[in-house]
Amino acid sequence: MRSYAEDVLTLARKDLMLELRARDTLPAMLLFVIAALVVFHFALPADASKLAAKGLLWVAIVFTALVGLTRAFVAEREQRTIDGLLLAPCDRSAIWLAKGVAVLAFLVLAEVVALPAFALFFSGVNGATIAGVALADLGIAGVGTLLAAMASLSRARELLLPLLFLPLAIPVIVGGVGASVVDSPGRYLGFLALYDVVFAIISWASFEYVVTE
Amino acid sequence: MIRARGLEKRYGDKRVLKALDIELPRGGFLLVTGPNGSGKTTLLRVCAGLALPSAGEVEISAPRAQIGFLGHEPLVYRELTALENLDLYGRLYHVPERRERIGMLLERFGLWAARNDRASSFSRGMLQRLALCRALLHEPELLVLDEPYSALDEQGAELLDRELAELRPQRTFLVSTHDAKRLDPLASSRLALAA
Amino acid sequence: MLATTLVSASIALIFFYAPVDQDGLNQKIFYFHVPIAFTAYACFGWGAWKAFVHLWKRPPGADLESYVAIHQGVIFGAMTLITGSIWAKISWGRWWVWSSHQLVLFLVLFLFYAAYFMLRFSVEPGPQRENLCAVYAIFGVVLIPISYLAIRLAQDYIHPVTFSRHGPQMAGSQFATFCVALAGMVALAGFLYRLELAGKRLDQRLRELREALA
Repeated sequence: MRSYAEDVLTLARKDLMLELRARDTLPAMLLFVIAALVVFHFALPADASKLAAKGLLWVAIVFTALVGLTRAFVAEREQRTIDGLLLAPCDRSAIWLAKGVAVLAFLVLAEVVALPAFALFFSGVNGATIAGVALADLGIAGVGTLLAAMASLSRARELLLPLLFLPLAIPVIVGGVGASVVDSPGRYLGFLALYDVVFAIISWASFEYVVTE
Repeated sequence: MIRARGLEKRYGDKRVLKALDIELPRGGFLLVTGPNGSGKTTLLRVCAGLALPSAGEVEISAPRAQIGFLGHEPLVYRELTALENLDLYGRLYHVPERRERIGMLLERFGLWAARNDRASSFSRGMLQRLALCRALLHEPELLVLDEPYSALDEQGAELLDRELAELRPQRTFLVSTHDAKRLDPLASSRLALAA
Repeated sequence: MLATTLVSASIALIFFYAPVDQDGLNQKIFYFHVPIAFTAYACFGWGAWKAFVHLWKRPPGADLESYVAIHQGVIFGAMTLITGSIWAKISWGRWWVWSSHQLVLFLVLFLFYAAYFMLRFSVEPGPQRENLCAVYAIFGVVLIPISYLAIRLAQDYIHPVTFSRHGPQMAGSQFATFCVALAGMVALAGFLYRLELAGKRLDQRLRELREALA
């Protein structure tokens, strides 16, 4: 149990270190989310409600997550370092968890910029929205990491990941938008939590089958 | 240590390994030769546990923590330094006295001076040496080496000779090579694969 | 054989036996739409089951069975969308309504399972591809209830106005017709499944033989 946690920390540290050196994924995500918000301003006609903008915040988050997820397994893929991880005695699911933690970290950092920007460009962000974002991030990181691993095995990886991810992201968007918009967000936050738990469990359990032959 | 019966490996419709029987006892040294495309790499990957056979059975008595693998790729992260790479693997394999062991290996393979350089700045020969450090880091019982001499210069090859000679009595080896003459004296059994 | 009998029997029953509801033709579509939807769910479920078996025990045929089941599921899913669209046009005058949970769910599932094929055909055939597809198939079946929940929750903030759900109360003869139609569709799916599976297995066998002779 303790060595499992150690392995996860070791691997997550590795991913964060790599990003610190390469410095490509996080800046791209930051730039993308701001650009997306600006695009949304121009995409909303005059009588569009404030609520429509709130919905678009979630679109921005999901697509920014995709930008980050597309890069998630690139090193493992191109340099075949996934073999190095598979040879090691660590549990396969630890690879998923560690990578998920790293993806989550990038996503949260991007949102630290995105949410204030959204408040600046459109309208304020309330507590329920933030709670929704937090819960949604967990679900996105969990499922997204597994799907990114799948996509990295295909020939058309950048094309495939959005196709795999978006249908699974629909419940997250529903939960998130609902939480942001409705008066009593409890149900939606609860739904997001359910999504997180269910998909985390099956992602955790099935990651081994995705990476090994 | 490794036992295979009727081992077959198929990728899609292509059969790469056909009906192989292998017996590698503890302390043995199995030398695998064969032309390009004969399946040496595939065989070694299966024996290291990186791939599952399509048919037949493989029994590897060593747990993952006791297997050291050297493949065609060095399996190091380009953006990390030599030291950081080995530290990563040292942690994953729970190597005792990690720092000392890493330092010792880097020195034995002539990489101490480059320890704080990123792997992206390494030449192919240096990467191969770093990969050897990675494979030997956790003192594995079973060493699976796929063409270990490739990319090594004269000096590197000598370092590897020395290392193999020293480890030969204590470990089990499965090695593939193009240069059969060099390794033949060490071998206890041989396997020649046909294309 | 059984399938043909059942399907023709159900068609006959639908058009001649079952009493006509006040909506007229609309009622008849129902006998197609819901059984087709149900059959699609059954196919996805079967595909996920085979996928689970593949990951668990690795019998050699499981991956192909899972794939064929999902293929059938997508075909029936597309039919569900089409018949559902016709039903929407007849009931509400538009070719698409977001208020029909069933229809929206099928749209999401259709997208999901269409991506299954994109996944399958962009990876080299082999044990890894089989594993990926199996895991994805299992995700799909988990997605069904979660998506349904999501769609229902979404209704509350998208469309506060609720359309009355058009579920006909079934009298005895209608129910009997419905059951026959359901059995017919499932039998049809089973027949197509076995047909496609046999065809794919033959392909595989041919390729193996060719390989062995080479």
